[in-house]
Amino acid sequence: MSDTAILSISGLSKAFGGLLAVNQISFDVHQGEIVGLLGPNGSGKTTLLNMVSGALPPTQGRVRLRGRELTGLPPHQIARAGVSRSFQLVRVLPSLTALENVMVGAVFGPDAVWGAEAEAIARALLERVGLSGRERQRPEAMTYIDQKRIELARALAADPQVLLLDEWLAGLNPTELQTGIALIESLHAEGRSILMVEHVMDAIRSLCDRCVVMNAGAKLAEGTPEQVLSNHDVIAAYLGDENA
Amino acid sequence: MLTTILVASVLLGGAYALMAMGLTLQYGVARIMNLASGETLMGAAFGSFCLFTALQIGPLLSLVLIVPLAFAINWAIYRWLLSPLVRRAKNQGMLEVDSILATFGLLFVIEGAMLAGFGGNYYSYSFLAQPVTLLGHSFGLNRVVAFGVAALVALGLYFGLNRTRYGTAIRAVAVDPVAAGLVAIDVPRAAAFAFALGSALTACGGSLLSMFLTFNASMGVVFTMKALIIVIMGGVGDPRGAVIAAFLLALVETLVAALVDPGLTLAATYLLFVLTLLFRPQGLMGRRA
Amino acid sequence: MIFPMQRREVIAVAASMAALALLAGLPLADDGFWLALAITIASYVAMATAWALFSGPTNYVSLATAAFFGSGAYVVSALAETAPWPVVLVAAAVVGALLALATGLATLRLSGMYFVIFSFGLAELIRQLVTYYQTQFTGSVGRYIFVTISAAEIYWQLLGLCAIGLFAGWAINRSRLGFALRVIGDDETVAAHSGIDTARAKVLLFSISGALIALVGAVMAPRFTYIEPQIAYNPMVSFQVVIMALLGGAKRLWGPLVGVIPFVLLYEWIAGRFPNHTHLLLGLVFLLVVYFVPQGVSGWLEKAWRKLQGKSA
Repeated sequence: MSDTAILSISGLSKAFGGLLAVNQISFDVHQGEIVGLLGPNGSGKTTLLNMVSGALPPTQGRVRLRGRELTGLPPHQIARAGVSRSFQLVRVLPSLTALENVMVGAVFGPDAVWGAEAEAIARALLERVGLSGRERQRPEAMTYIDQKRIELARALAADPQVLLLDEWLAGLNPTELQTGIALIESLHAEGRSILMVEHVMDAIRSLCDRCVVMNAGAKLAEGTPEQVLSNHDVIAAYLGDENA
Repeated sequence: MLTTILVASVLLGGAYALMAMGLTLQYGVARIMNLASGETLMGAAFGSFCLFTALQIGPLLSLVLIVPLAFAINWAIYRWLLSPLVRRAKNQGMLEVDSILATFGLLFVIEGAMLAGFGGNYYSYSFLAQPVTLLGHSFGLNRVVAFGVAALVALGLYFGLNRTRYGTAIRAVAVDPVAAGLVAIDVPRAAAFAFALGSALTACGGSLLSMFLTFNASMGVVFTMKALIIVIMGGVGDPRGAVIAAFLLALVETLVAALVDPGLTLAATYLLFVLTLLFRPQGLMGRRA
Repeated sequence: MIFPMQRREVIAVAASMAALALLAGLPLADDGFWLALAITIASYVAMATAWALFSGPTNYVSLATAAFFGSGAYVVSALAETAPWPVVLVAAAVVGALLALATGLATLRLSGMYFVIFSFGLAELIRQLVTYYQTQFTGSVGRYIFVTISAAEIYWQLLGLCAIGLFAGWAINRSRLGFALRVIGDDETVAAHSGIDTARAKVLLFSISGALIALVGAVMAPRFTYIEPQIAYNPMVSFQVVIMALLGGAKRLWGPLVGVIPFVLLYEWIAGRFPNHTHLLLGLVFLLVVYFVPQGVSGWLEKAWRKLQGKSA
């Protein structure tokens, strides 16, 4: 649509057999913007994210990155084009050290750096997410939030044009949550474009410039967090009609 | 010519279907890819052979002995040999690697035992060898009877899985072991049962095949391969798909043996495998993820 | 992971060169029993190292070693009388790589299970095809191999293949490909979403591994004198290579090396003592390895070594 759109999703649909998991979704993510993807469980958010990152081929519709067609490309090509992601259930690489985990993003990402340069990037990012001094540890021995930090650092190591976060803040305790929000806020401040699936309302209010709400596969609302969270249909989708 | 091939492949497909259903139960429910499946088949064939030649017990009667025995042995194998691997595996991938290795070792143990007992010679025996006429062509009565028994067993399995309480529990474990555990299904027991039942079906197939096939101790691999490919063609964990794919494989094999060369049946099997991998990796009955 | 060569690595390379030179002198000391045993060991070291090159980091268990070994041997039987030896070797490597490429392209885009199954029957499939071809077009199933090559020369060539395998493993470990394979072995989904073309990496490495194993088959072929499909595509080869690599530990470059020597000795003893029960006993040994040495001897040694260092420090 507009010229500043980095990630443009148009008419995206996914059918599993007879079930329409994602139905004709369209929206853009602009440069430097954090867009929240909201919706009750099973509304198709992760499926949508999976289509953007190439984990699932879309049944219909298009995904474009700065006008470049990503639709139907395999995940490694989408990653190299500049889209990085985290996973709903954190996925770290158990037999690699923390440093190596993060290096993966830099080594196989769009810039394909190698050697000392990749190591320097990974070191800087580990420090950025608050894990300096733990480069040689294995993520298996780390706490949940530290594993999430590694995953984030790995995604950032690719220096992506768009970062996809799938419930990155889920499962954190209140203190960790504040740290996590601050970390994402700092990414916002440096101008990263982020599409995040999230349930944590505090995070959505404080981080998102704009939100897209999905229900039963379809787009229900789009707007600022205040707009969508006070939207009649959105409340009905979350809480049932009688509460709306 | 064509009718002969069609009827012959249907008759052969019955035993293949049993073996493939056994394997798909083992992989679908117990999550074990059993590479020693063909050796179970050959073991049962040798069992029937011995009972027939030494004690004049016919293969149909010996089924009553061999099938429960296979069930018991494989229950023990699952309990003592395989469930430790299930417990030690941190994830599905590790269990796959471990179970492949363990059943691969088991393959050599069983094959080695048969080689020690029977050597590398080919064996066969003559049972119900008189011809019967079907659709104007004559076939061995043993093949027809074997098919009939296989069909009965397959029907029994179908009803057992779909119409009984325990069958439903087993299907539940196949769909989601964790959720099945949450609704008070004893998952380890169901897995052991499915594994043992799978081997019992395979053994049944082996006894039936021995009625009309010439076999030796080293033929297991070929049959495992056939069963594995039938399972993949049919869609992993789907007994109906396994039956359809079994007849398809038997048909292609019979065609190749009749029209090209009997030595190329495994090549025909691989051809089907490659076609499946290229065009329908989720199997005939499987849904695309 | 540190990129310029470390002092430790320099020492390891120097020590390997010295060991290789020392081993190369063996035919001068003995050309009977010990040389024959050394040939067996060297051939399995080369194959187990090549096997672990692919299956170690990726966790994709290849059961197809005999298919590559046999095809290498058959290239010799087909070409040895008409082509010079180096050309024969190149042809064997190419055939091995192509066979791996075909297997890889058919299965490695999909989950590991398809690959295992495909590799499981591959040797038997090719055995059938070769038998069919020979009965149809050449009239006889077996073939004599007339190559004038001494046992010592075979041994040296096998040592060369071991060195190539170890060097390839070392070089790959330091490369982007090696790093990619470690990621694939841990989590293929993460690998793909980080920008790794997982299918390409796996196919590439499997082809290298297949070419090396075919080369071992080619070098070993003259030892057979007479070759027929039953001998060349013997499933025991696949089985033994997996066992040895696992026993040594497939995750480390030097693991297979450690596994081969005790296993070959054990095999010789079993085969001599219980000729009718080799299959059975080896199957049992295999199970023992799977159950009791899951990390391999090398993993076990490394643990013991770390403990020892921890105590002395």
